[in-house]
Amino acid sequence: MSVRTKNCLASAICFCPKIQQRTTPIYLCSGTYRRPRYSQIPIMAPSFDTLSEQDLHEEEEEEIDFSDLKAEYEVQMEEGLDTFIVIDGLPVVPEDSRQKLVKFLLRKLNSVGSTSEDAVFMPVNDKKMTEGFAFVEYETPEQAVAAVKQLHGVPLDKKHTLAVNKLMDIERYGREGRVDEEYKAPTLEPFKEKEHLRSWMGDANARDQFALYRNDKVGVFWNNKTNTPENVVDRAHWTQLFVQWSPKGTFLASVHPQGVQLWGGESFSKQKQFPHPFVQLIEFSPLEGYLTTWSARPIQVEEGQPVLTYEEDGKNIIVWDIETGKPLRSFVSHDLAAPVAIDGDVAPKKKVQWPAFKWSADEKYVARMLQGQSISVYELPNMNLLGRTSIKIDGVMDFEWSPATVIREGVKQYEQLLCFWTPEIGSNPARVGMMSVPTKEIVRTRNLFNVSDVKLHWQSQGAYVCVKVDRHSKSKKSMATNLEIFRVREKGVPVEVVDSLKDTVINFAWEPNGSRFVAITNGEAAQGAAVAPKTAVSFFAPEKKGHQAGNFKLVRTVDKKNSNGIYWSPKGRFVVVATVHSQTSFDMDFWDMDFEGEKVDGENNLAANLQLMKTSEHYGVTDIDWDSTGRYVVSSASVWTHSMENGWNMHTFSGTTLSENPTEKFKQFLWRPRPATLLSKEEQKQVRKNLREYSKEFDEEDKYAVDIANTAVVETRKRVLSEWLAWLRREKELLAEEKEVLGFAEDADSPKAALDARPVVEDQGDSVVEEIVEEIIEETEEVIG
Amino acid sequence: MRPILLSGHERSLTQIKFNSDGDLLFSTSKDKIVCAWWSANGERLGTYSGHQGAVWTVDVSPNTTLLATGSADNTVRLWNIKTGECVKVWDFPTAVKRVAFSPDGGRLLAVTEKRMGFLGTIAVLDINYGENLTEQAAEPSLVITCEDSKATVAQWSFLAKYILAGHEDGSVSQYDPKTGDIVENIQIHEFDSAITDLQMSPDRLSFITASKDKSAKLISARNLAILKTYTTDTPLNTASITPKKSFVILGGGQAAMDVTTTSARQGKFEARFWHSVVGEEVGRVKGHFGPLNTIDVHPAGTAYASGGEDGYVRVHHFDKSYFDFLYEVEREHLREQARK
Repeated sequence: MSVRTKNCLASAICFCPKIQQRTTPIYLCSGTYRRPRYSQIPIMAPSFDTLSEQDLHEEEEEEIDFSDLKAEYEVQMEEGLDTFIVIDGLPVVPEDSRQKLVKFLLRKLNSVGSTSEDAVFMPVNDKKMTEGFAFVEYETPEQAVAAVKQLHGVPLDKKHTLAVNKLMDIERYGREGRVDEEYKAPTLEPFKEKEHLRSWMGDANARDQFALYRNDKVGVFWNNKTNTPENVVDRAHWTQLFVQWSPKGTFLASVHPQGVQLWGGESFSKQKQFPHPFVQLIEFSPLEGYLTTWSARPIQVEEGQPVLTYEEDGKNIIVWDIETGKPLRSFVSHDLAAPVAIDGDVAPKKKVQWPAFKWSADEKYVARMLQGQSISVYELPNMNLLGRTSIKIDGVMDFEWSPATVIREGVKQYEQLLCFWTPEIGSNPARVGMMSVPTKEIVRTRNLFNVSDVKLHWQSQGAYVCVKVDRHSKSKKSMATNLEIFRVREKGVPVEVVDSLKDTVINFAWEPNGSRFVAITNGEAAQGAAVAPKTAVSFFAPEKKGHQAGNFKLVRTVDKKNSNGIYWSPKGRFVVVATVHSQTSFDMDFWDMDFEGEKVDGENNLAANLQLMKTSEHYGVTDIDWDSTGRYVVSSASVWTHSMENGWNMHTFSGTTLSENPTEKFKQFLWRPRPATLLSKEEQKQVRKNLREYSKEFDEEDKYAVDIANTAVVETRKRVLSEWLAWLRREKELLAEEKEVLGFAEDADSPKAALDARPVVEDQGDSVVEEIVEEIIEETEEVIG
Repeated sequence: MRPILLSGHERSLTQIKFNSDGDLLFSTSKDKIVCAWWSANGERLGTYSGHQGAVWTVDVSPNTTLLATGSADNTVRLWNIKTGECVKVWDFPTAVKRVAFSPDGGRLLAVTEKRMGFLGTIAVLDINYGENLTEQAAEPSLVITCEDSKATVAQWSFLAKYILAGHEDGSVSQYDPKTGDIVENIQIHEFDSAITDLQMSPDRLSFITASKDKSAKLISARNLAILKTYTTDTPLNTASITPKKSFVILGGGQAAMDVTTTSARQGKFEARFWHSVVGEEVGRVKGHFGPLNTIDVHPAGTAYASGGEDGYVRVHHFDKSYFDFLYEVEREHLREQARK
C-alpha cells in the first residue's frame, strides 16, 4: 500500500517544475541514499534496531516539503477501506433467507456503530447459498474498529460464533503467503542475567552519580568532590533532545526521533524502548511504573510497526507501562487556552499542557484536565476512566495531586487528594476545592474574590497546600498576593491566610519535609524602565507551639534583590535563593534556616534561625540542582539558554565553591536521584546521634585521599621535570656534536657570530637612556564668578 | 607589574619584535607603519614608512643593523635601522605574511600568501651586510612551494639546519634550506585549525606553535616530536617562550568577528603564563580590550610586550615575584645542583 503511494509521489515529483529548480539533488529511490546516513551513527550510539527504517524515512522526507503534492496526488486507499469489516462464521443459508439473516445480524452490528441494510453485502454462490461471510461498511473507521473489538468471538447462536476482522487486515495478512501455513514454535532466548539496576547505590564511598550532556556527548560520572569526576560511561550521540533520570534514579532516558530509550545497570545497557515517533516531552510516574510521552505531531502508525497499533493512530500522548514496554492507552492532547492577547499584540501561541497527565503519589491514579470543563481520572494499571465518567468542574483552571498519601484526621478509608481551582464566572466567586479520590467527593472548598491567578503548592508530605492567590484591586490596577494555607492533616482542614505580603509573589517553595517556606515578591515596575523591578525574598516559619506547627509568621524579608529562583535542599534546612536566566546579575545566596548560633531578637518564638552563609556568583547561571543527599549544589549555564561561558560549578551546601568546569556547548547537568532510604526512623536517629564519630572517620579518609592526591601531583611534576632536563641534555649534546662535525664555532647561533656583527670597539661606555618624567607639583582649582 | 602603553598605531597590531639587546622594540600594524620604540620607557624612536598596505611581519637582524618587513602590498622591504632608509624592496606576487632572519643573519625567509592562482611559498633571500647595504641579491636564492596547505608562519632551527613552517591545516613541516626539500610534515594541531604563530626557544632546539584549536604546543626542532601541550579555552594567536624562566606566554581571544556573541565581561583577552615544563597555568595578565595578536619576550627575559587587535602595545617589565616563582620540585632540583 504505502509502496504504491510512494511510487505515485516519485512520479509526481518528476513533473513538478518547482522541485526541479532546487539546487540540492532530490533522491527518488528511497533505499539507497538514506542507508549510509543510518550507518554513520557511531558504534556506541544507541541504535533503534527494532524499529523499521520507515521511521527514518519519514524524518528525511521532512526535509523536502511536498505536502502540497501529497495532498494532490496521494491515493487515499486506506481511508476508503477503513470503514469495512469482514464477518465470518455466519450460518450458510439459501438466498431467500438472506434478508432475514442480515436483519438479525444488523441488530448486533448496530450495537457498536451505525450501519444499514444496504451496507451489508453477503455474497451468494452458484448454488444460491450464502458463503458464510459478509462485508459490512460502517460510517466511520472508529466504528469499524469498535466492531472488530467488541463483536469478534461473540456467539450468534449455539452453533455459530462471529469472527470479525477489518477488511484491511484480511488484505494484509490473509493473502496467500503472507502468513506461513505451518506453525513454527518461536525460539526461546536463553536466559541472560541482567545487570543490577541499583548497582550505583553500592558504592563504597556512597558517592553520587550525575549525567552530563555537552556538545553531542552524554556521560555519567561519579562525583569526587574537588577532584575530577570519575567517568562511568561517555557516549557520543547518546540522545537527540535531552536526557532525564527516572524519579528514583533507576533509569536514564534518552530521547530520539524514533522514541524514548531507557538505560540502566552498571554499564548503562539498553533496558527498554518506547517507540513514540518524534517524541518531544516525557514524564515518569513517581514510582517509575509508567512513562508518559508526548509529541506535537499526531502519531502515524505504519505497517510493520511492532509495538504501536491502530489504536495509537492520530494520538499525541501515550502512557506506557515501563515493565512491559507496551502502551497502556493513548490520547489526543488538549491545548491550554492561550493567554489573553494584550490589545494590539499578536495572539500568543497555544501552550502545551505539560505534564498533561498528573500522577497520584502511589501511582494508582493518573488525571488529566480539560481546561474549563473537567478532570478525567484514570485507574491504573488498566487505564480505565474512574467511574466511567470525567468529573465535570465548570471553569477548572488547574489541579495538583498531593505528592504523598495523606491521612486526614478522622478519615479511615483509603484516599488520594487533589486540589483544583476555578476562576470567577459571572457572579460566582472563584473557588479552590480539595477532592478525595476514588470517591470524587469534594472535602473542602474555599471561595475567593477578585482573583487574577491561582497557583497550588503542595508541601512534599502533603501536610499543607499553599494556594497562592494573585488578587487585583477593583480598578484592576494594582496586584497583591494572598497565601491561603490549607492544613490538610488537621481536623476539618483549617485554612490560614497570610496576607502580610503587599506585592505579587513570583515564586514560592515549601521546605521539603518541613513547614517553612520562601516566597519572592516583585515590586511594581517603574513605568518605562528598562530594568526589571527589584524583588524581595521573604522567609516564613511557623510559631513554636508544642507538637503541631503554629501560625505561619514572617521571619525576615530581604529586599532590593534580583532573585527569582528558590532551591531547597532535598533534605530541608538549607535553601539557595538565586538569580537565574538574568543578563545582569547572577548571585546565589546560601541560607541556613536552623543556624546553630544566637537568635536574632524578636524571632525567638519561631521555629527557625535564619542565617546567610555565603553569597557567590556564577556568570550566566541558568539552572541550580541539589544532589539528593543535600551535600552538593551544582549551578550551571546551559547553551540552550545562551552561549556565553557555558559550564557548571559545584558548591557545597554552604556555598563553598569546590570546582568550576567551563564546558563548551554544555547542555545539562543532572544528579542521579536516589530511592528512599531503607533505614527505619530509629536507625536514622541513631546515625544522627553518632554523627560526630562518623565525621571524624570521614575527615580522616578525606585527609588521606588529599595526601595521596598531593603526593601524586608532586611525583608527576618531579617526573616531568627530570624528563625535560634529560631531553635538554641529550639535545645539547647532539647539537655540540653537530657543531663539531660541521666546524661551527661554539656560539654559532648567537648574534656575536652573525654576519652583521660590528667590530668590537673598546670603551664605548654604557648607553644612556633619557627619560623625561612629568610631575604635577601643584594643582589649584579656581571658581570664577 | 605596571605596563607601559605604546599608543602609536591606529589599527590592530600584527607583529612585535625585540632586538637582540632588548633595548628596542619594533612593531608592525595594519596601518602600514612600522614603529621602533625604546623598550625601557616606551618612547618612540621613529617610524619606517613606505609600505602601501598593511604590514604583516617584522624581523631584526642579529645585531640590529637591518630590519625586514613583509606587507600586504606584496613586498618585502629591508630598512637601515639607524637611518630609517629603505635599502631594498623585493616584489612578490602575493602578500608576505612572515619574515625571519637566519641565526647568523645571512639569510631571510619570507612566507608568501596563497592567492589569485599563486600557491603559498617560502622564499629565501640572501642578505649582504657590506659597506653599501643597498647591494642586495635581486632574486630569492631558493623558493619552497607549499603544494598541500599554505604556510602561515616559519622560522629557522638551530644552526639554520631546517626551515620550520606551520601550515593552515594545522600541520608543521621541516624543510631543508639548502635544497628546499621537505624533510617531514606532521599534523600537530587539530586538522584545519591554522597555526597562527611559531617562535623558537632561545637555544633554537625547540619551538612553540599557537593555533586556532585553542592549544599551543612545544615541539622539538630536530624531529618535530610534541614535547608539551598547553590547552586553553580560547583560540590562540600567539605564543612565546621566555628565556631565564621556564614559562611560555600565550595570547589570543575570541576573534573580532565573534566578539559580539561573547560576553564583553570576559573576552579572554589576557596573556596567559604557563609553566613550560610542568604544563600548568600559573598566571594571567589583563589589559587589552581586543584579542592579543602578537607577543614577544625580551631576549634577557626581563620583560615582555604584547600587541593587540585594539591597536596598543603593552610592555611589561617583570617584577621580583615573577623571578622568585618556582615550583617546589624546581627548588629541590636547584638545591641539588648547588650541592654538587
